[in-house]
Amino acid sequence: MEKEKVLEVQNLYAAYDEMVVLTDVSFSANKGEVTVILGGSGSGKTTVLNHLLGLLPIAKGTVSLLGKNVATLREVEQVDLYLQMGVFYQNGGLLNSLTVAENVALPLNQHTNLPQDLIDEIVFMKLGLVNLQHAFYLYPSQLSGGMMKRAALARAIVMDPPILFCDEPGAGLDPVSLEILDKLILNLKNKLGMSIIMVTHEVSSILRVANRIVFLDKGVVVFEGPLHEALHSTQPAVNEFFSVMKNENIRELLKG
Amino acid sequence: MMRKKRARTSFSFCCQDRLQVNLDGQTMSLSGKLTMQEAAELTRHFLNHLRFIEQKTLVFDLSGLVHIDSAGVMALFYIRKKLYEKGIQSELTDAPESIADKIRLFYPEEEAGASPPRRPAFFEYVGGQVYHFFSSYVFGFILLAANIFYWGVTDIFKPRARRKGEFVNQAVLIGVNAVVIVVFLTFVIGYVIALHSAGQLRTFGANIFVVDLVVFSILSQMGPLITAILVAGRSGSAIAAEIATMKVTAELDALKTMGLNPNRFVVVPKLYACMLTMPFLIVFANVAGIFGGGLAANVYLDITPEVFVNRMMDIMRNKELWVALVKSQVYAALIVLTGSFYGFRVERGAEGVGKVTTVAVVVSITLVIVADSLLGVIFY
Repeated sequence: MEKEKVLEVQNLYAAYDEMVVLTDVSFSANKGEVTVILGGSGSGKTTVLNHLLGLLPIAKGTVSLLGKNVATLREVEQVDLYLQMGVFYQNGGLLNSLTVAENVALPLNQHTNLPQDLIDEIVFMKLGLVNLQHAFYLYPSQLSGGMMKRAALARAIVMDPPILFCDEPGAGLDPVSLEILDKLILNLKNKLGMSIIMVTHEVSSILRVANRIVFLDKGVVVFEGPLHEALHSTQPAVNEFFSVMKNENIRELLKG
Repeated sequence: MMRKKRARTSFSFCCQDRLQVNLDGQTMSLSGKLTMQEAAELTRHFLNHLRFIEQKTLVFDLSGLVHIDSAGVMALFYIRKKLYEKGIQSELTDAPESIADKIRLFYPEEEAGASPPRRPAFFEYVGGQVYHFFSSYVFGFILLAANIFYWGVTDIFKPRARRKGEFVNQAVLIGVNAVVIVVFLTFVIGYVIALHSAGQLRTFGANIFVVDLVVFSILSQMGPLITAILVAGRSGSAIAAEIATMKVTAELDALKTMGLNPNRFVVVPKLYACMLTMPFLIVFANVAGIFGGGLAANVYLDITPEVFVNRMMDIMRNKELWVALVKSQVYAALIVLTGSFYGFRVERGAEGVGKVTTVAVVVSITLVIVADSLLGVIFY
């Protein structure tokens, strides 16, 4: 059965001045699935993500998100599209001059006319989802790295977006926090039907949450498909990446 | 009577054509979508109707809901909380499985009684800030000063405890490197003081008193003050930035864990250097200022250098020099203490370093001027 697609990238090309970063990138992401974009450093993951988010102009190729062609959107339509997606930045991207609660409440305050009491309740609940209720009145500078990430996630999901982009959500987290984060991401996927597009390197995280793998190497997609196919892929770059896991007998665990 | 009451406590309304709300008897039924858009209107309508509700218990019938999001769940929670505060018990029933799932995911746990922490009230906030000011700024400053002076005094008698070369290094940075700018500025200021007073004094034929004016204003006020402001700007900021950077990069923690007191190791040499070089800087400043004044007196009032020097020798008192010495020590201590106090207070990150540096300069210049006024009154 053909699944509904939330994201389709076709023949995307990108270059910074003379340096070509993406030569021909095509892939898609299905609704209600976790799609993980993988690849070594310099493979163009961040460039792809920035194109998906509309932060970089599209030189060649098309990116369509929730059925809309990102390149041809007018500004108003672009904002509408942004309201339907949450973005979770690697370093949090929290505004330092606002408290955690104000950071999380920002989209609600700006885009809805909910009463302030109710906004506070929603923010408190979302902070509860990421186990950060005690940080309600703290400033980002008072948080640890992991807490900052969780606050950023709370902000990314505060509008219940149908699609969530995560840029290395697990980087710098301890295994326990990482597992909690993964559970949360799975919950978002299973219970809210959120489609999640994630750039990550955390092998354990990929095994727990990924449905679909897109593997980038030197600006080209070398593998695209379900996780179990990726684990058995003979493509050298993919194979090398997952061989680490084979050594650790994680596949045994997976079978169990 | 009964009929009327019943009529008042049933109502129905519609939110954005997507959510239909009916209250009839003890059942409040919701049907349609309950998302962020409807939640705002639902809560507003409901709060308007709240005072009319006279039932003791309410049942929310959710069987007609087709879609709900987190804001919708929280709106239900919020409404039930408002009802509870009014003494009305309520429960959620008949939610379809997909709706119930989301309610389970988002609905706060009742027994925890979780609710966003209360915002502090106005007086609580003001009181908190005042307490914070005294406990962390005033008291913290006094503690740091006490600690540094203690080590400053004891280390005079323990040459081995001092870092070799650090004192000389700091003396060059704080004192020697400031000589040129201090001399230049006070020369200009002395010149300008004489220049401005020349016109006035000439009118009264009191040309010779330009010497009194220049000498007194430079010795007792301008020399020490300008020097202190320049040192605060140059070295106060440098001290704050250096200590703040050391703290951010965990160098201070490293010192502590090596059993070294950061105050003693980092601040005391700076204190020595500043206290020792400041009097010399002030002497340079005084000489340059008087020289500038003398030049202007010669150019505009035809007062020859011999006349100027003779008059100066007549009016100069030792007191001005002693006061300048006292001032130099007070200013030096204030500048080093303020710089290090704010340096130690830095909070995470590079941005914090810039912030404390700015604050350190502003506060140390302010403290220097306040101290100058106080000392001026005391030694009048």
